[in-house]
Amino acid sequence: MALTSNLEGKVAFITGAARGQGRSHAVRLAQEGADVIAVDLCAQIGSVAYPMATPEDLAQTAEEVEALDRRIVTRQADVRDMTALQAAVDDGIAELGAVDIVLANAGIAPQLNSDPHPDHEQAFRDVVEVNLFGVRNTVHAAVPSMIDKGQGGAIVLTSSTQGLTGRGGDGSGGMDGYAAAKHGVVGLMRTYANWLAQHRIRVNTVHPTGVSTPMIENDEMNAYMEANPGISAALENLMPVETVEPVDISNAIAWLVSDHARFVTGVALPVDAGFTAK
Amino acid sequence: MGKLDGKVAFITGAARGQGRSHAVHLAREGADIIAVDQCAQVGTVPYDLATPDDLAQTVQEIEALDRRIVATQADVRDGAAVKQAVDDGVAQLGRLDIVVANAGILSFSMAEEMSDEMWDDMIATNLSGQFKAVRPAIPHLKANEEGGAIVITSSTAGLKGIQKLAHYTAAKHGIVGLVKVLALELAPNRIRVNSVHPTQVDTDMIQNQPTYANFRPDLDSPGLDEVQETFVSLNALPIPWVEPADVSEAILYLVSDSGRYVTGIQLPVDAGMVIK
Repeated sequence: MALTSNLEGKVAFITGAARGQGRSHAVRLAQEGADVIAVDLCAQIGSVAYPMATPEDLAQTAEEVEALDRRIVTRQADVRDMTALQAAVDDGIAELGAVDIVLANAGIAPQLNSDPHPDHEQAFRDVVEVNLFGVRNTVHAAVPSMIDKGQGGAIVLTSSTQGLTGRGGDGSGGMDGYAAAKHGVVGLMRTYANWLAQHRIRVNTVHPTGVSTPMIENDEMNAYMEANPGISAALENLMPVETVEPVDISNAIAWLVSDHARFVTGVALPVDAGFTAK
Repeated sequence: MGKLDGKVAFITGAARGQGRSHAVHLAREGADIIAVDQCAQVGTVPYDLATPDDLAQTVQEIEALDRRIVATQADVRDGAAVKQAVDDGVAQLGRLDIVVANAGILSFSMAEEMSDEMWDDMIATNLSGQFKAVRPAIPHLKANEEGGAIVITSSTAGLKGIQKLAHYTAAKHGIVGLVKVLALELAPNRIRVNSVHPTQVDTDMIQNQPTYANFRPDLDSPGLDEVQETFVSLNALPIPWVEPADVSEAILYLVSDSGRYVTGIQLPVDAGMVIK
């Protein structure tokens, strides 16, 4: 019996798709034949110290998907705003057809160490709003069209090693909120997997360790790690690698959403160089 | 071009069922195979185990893919015999990159009534047998600068309790502990170690009358239809079982370049049984 990794004819809705992991997922799934609905805020959030994605980044994703001869619909939308997100998904469906695959990938990592008066409460609220509430919105914006289509489907929520451990905790609003939201995503995954199994829609999480993207490769993060060697040591991987590449997460997701994993649901899949096994 | 060109994989329980499927999937991606299977009965197992003819069939299927295979009848409970089989295989095929410790048996009893013999057969095969397969492979894996990958077959019973399977559940949980320690010990050598946790798989291990009778004790002579309903009720997805190919694809993800940074994890292929 031979199962296929092919995603031709499938439509994948991806948030945070302008750059980093999201762009990598869009390209990887397009390589397997999927068309893409790509959403990104393309704007800054106050408590985030590093520069967030831009409209040019999102255009670059579109270019890379189109270079693979796949179709893509891009929209600037905030995952915290259900109305805007629903409009973006509806536009995508109108052009590409009903959604088969959802990747709730958009996320932020507030870092306030260079701020003389850090607003920890705001940082906590921002990261929970984006990384948890935004995941709920993403799923609910797409699931009705998946159920209507009646062909099953696959949803992958991007959690983190911080969704399975609390290592490196420092009591800051950003870190508290990040760990809480990423653990919360596992709860969403488990309840959605139960809810959607009857429709043959599978729901899983991926748990990356540090990935080489602008979210962690920035001056603010480098300064923080240098100033906090204890936390830096706590965040080291088991395998002798500092970070993994976006494509490693994309490869896990490409497996999860394909027929190769047609009966895999409710799973928390670390791609973490052994971080959680330490 | 395959994902495993030039690699060699050692697979236990390779005569039929999941083990044969793993051998075929890995060979399709270019791997040569070292296959072992006991091909004999174990006293407390109520269904027929694999035969030498089954192992010969695996050999034929691998050779039909134009891959090499070294197949040996060896009992995973016998550490010396397994070591000999691995060493011989490596001597003939030149290297070792992947280990799939898959051999396993099934039997049923409430714990209170379980015989010592049934307990001992289970632990010796499904837990100690996995250790005895992996241990002699480690020096060969360490010989590769680029490392390697070990996958041990556990079960949903390695993540949750299942009645009438105290021995099986203990062995399959024990595998998780073994995997966690091996992942720590072998990470410096870039050898990754993970377990897979299938729900029911459509193989001879479950498609037999004693297993049907266990899952439908309310019926005198339950058939496939009656037991199918029960199996469906155990999973979140509306299916009775997964195919061996589904487990093989999970293993292929883990042992190929796709999983190059995945180690120390428990990967269910379980139609949602664990979260139901």
